[in-house]
Amino acid sequence: MDNLVIAGKTYTSRLLVGTGKYKDFNETQVAVEASGAEIITVAIRRTNIGQNSDEPNLLDVLPPSQYTLLPNTAGCYTLDDAVRTLRLARELLDGHSLVKLEVLGDPKTLYPNMVETLKAAEILIKEDFQVMVYTSDDPIIAKQLEDMGCVAVMPLASLIGSGMGILNPWNLQIIIDNAKIPVLVDAGVGTASDATIAMELGCDGVLMNTAIAAAQNPVLMASAMRKAVEAGREAYLAGRMAKKLYSASPSSPTEGVIARAESAAKKPASSKSS
Amino acid sequence: MIQLTINGQPQQFESPINVTQLIDHLALHGKRIAIERNGEIIPRSQFAEQMLVHGDQLEVVVAVGGG
Repeated sequence: MDNLVIAGKTYTSRLLVGTGKYKDFNETQVAVEASGAEIITVAIRRTNIGQNSDEPNLLDVLPPSQYTLLPNTAGCYTLDDAVRTLRLARELLDGHSLVKLEVLGDPKTLYPNMVETLKAAEILIKEDFQVMVYTSDDPIIAKQLEDMGCVAVMPLASLIGSGMGILNPWNLQIIIDNAKIPVLVDAGVGTASDATIAMELGCDGVLMNTAIAAAQNPVLMASAMRKAVEAGREAYLAGRMAKKLYSASPSSPTEGVIARAESAAKKPASSKSS
Repeated sequence: MIQLTINGQPQQFESPINVTQLIDHLALHGKRIAIERNGEIIPRSQFAEQMLVHGDQLEVVVAVGGG
């Protein structure tokens, strides 16, 4: 079986999905199911004090018994906020230590602040968290995060929520070639072909949220993404043919083509003159 | 009278309370939450014994949809 292994745990799906931006919990639940994802990200936020104490909770529709929840640090711009958020997440999820670390650098681009991210990763790893880390597509930083003890590196394809697809496949390729831990594209996927390209490059998985949630039909897009990731993975494993620039090669036999009658061969010329 | 800051909002209480009493007061009993006091996690197992004191800064969080 071709499985994804993260921090010693085996997953059959290589598609990881977020749970934000859906119309309601029902749509979230149906889309997540259609995606086939086993690992789903959640955010940690202040609870509404004294309001709607009866409102449903996300974990009621996506129970930790059924999914591997991956709490994130979305919205955190300092290492302190990120570390505190994940300590709260671990307490919230009964000691579950697999987390997604992201320390953002700028609200306009949501580009990661790698200086703060590296410091936060170091603290979290010391506290026995299993850190999947959102990173820029810098191969040197990605390697440092791996050497430090992160369990997966997750470079961006393009900016979070931009749907711009894979802007720098060459950097991703270097990161993949250098890594001994799983490399997952996180952020920037816009449609199914983007996910396929990421997998064809040799990524171990793809994490996405907006590409599904902001589609006209999120549930159908979730299904498309599932197939796109599977197709890309199979194509990667199969090994693509070599590209042959300016050199066509017929797929059908060149021998045994039926002979053309002399008169028929001349016909186009005569009809042209008429 | 003590004042606690809960998720950034100040709230007054007549007398000192423990974390379990606070959770009941906030109508969060039975909810999956986590609590931090002055930057430190309060483990769920200590909710009944941890007394809150004047000036405590509390963060009460839940899991929500996110990417």
